[in-house]
Amino acid sequence: MTIEVNLSVLKGIKAHEYAVRFLFGGLITLLAGLIAKRFGPSVAGLFLAFPAIFPASATLIEKHEKQSKQRIGFDGTMRGRAAAALDATGAAMGSIGLVAFAAAIWTALPKHPAVLVLSVATLLWLAVSTTLWHFRKLF
Amino acid sequence: MKELLFRFLIGGIAVSCFAVLGDIFRPKTFAGLFGAAPSVALATLGLTIVANGKLYASIEARSMVVGAIAFFLYAVATSWTLMRFRPRALTVTVALLPLWLVSALSIWFLCLRHTA
Repeated sequence: MTIEVNLSVLKGIKAHEYAVRFLFGGLITLLAGLIAKRFGPSVAGLFLAFPAIFPASATLIEKHEKQSKQRIGFDGTMRGRAAAALDATGAAMGSIGLVAFAAAIWTALPKHPAVLVLSVATLLWLAVSTTLWHFRKLF
Repeated sequence: MKELLFRFLIGGIAVSCFAVLGDIFRPKTFAGLFGAAPSVALATLGLTIVANGKLYASIEARSMVVGAIAFFLYAVATSWTLMRFRPRALTVTVALLPLWLVSALSIWFLCLRHTA
């Protein structure tokens, strides 16, 4: 299965849908900072992997898939929910990449330049996640 | 107050950027990878390195490993529930958030409590 980029999807996303994700992202980043001040970095670090964006994204995918089916005369409810399930499967693979991202920063950050470590760790997240996605049918 | 506002803005921008990437890619399983993108982590760790130094940020990253394992359990449970019972996505994704919290805190308590 090939990976495609469809920029026209962005036109169908409403301003409030962007705003909700901005709000969630901002709030969880704020919360992580406040938790670090109150409980220290060991507890706050947990919240760096909080599923901040995922509920909003899955809900949006369900809604858009349902609407696209309704436009051609089908109900689309079940199709929308199946699409959200596939999104969650992708997030599970992405979360394994997130483990690799965090482990790389934990081990490399004290000894190497911060910008380099954050950049390599992000590429590692993408590489691990994409590799798992390519080999997902083996599991 | 200014620092909190800055943190909020940086986090919102980082999460929105990864969300847009998730929107434009197809198929959906691939786009789903971006639901677990390190958006909050990049924003927070960047700010933490500047404010508290690299060692402090690496301690956060060590706990993030545990948070990411909890995310995996949460995402698998969400996917399975949606596939098996087909409820509304919002209901499942929000109702299972306590699973992430309980998993993260339990693993942290078992493995990292002595480091706090």
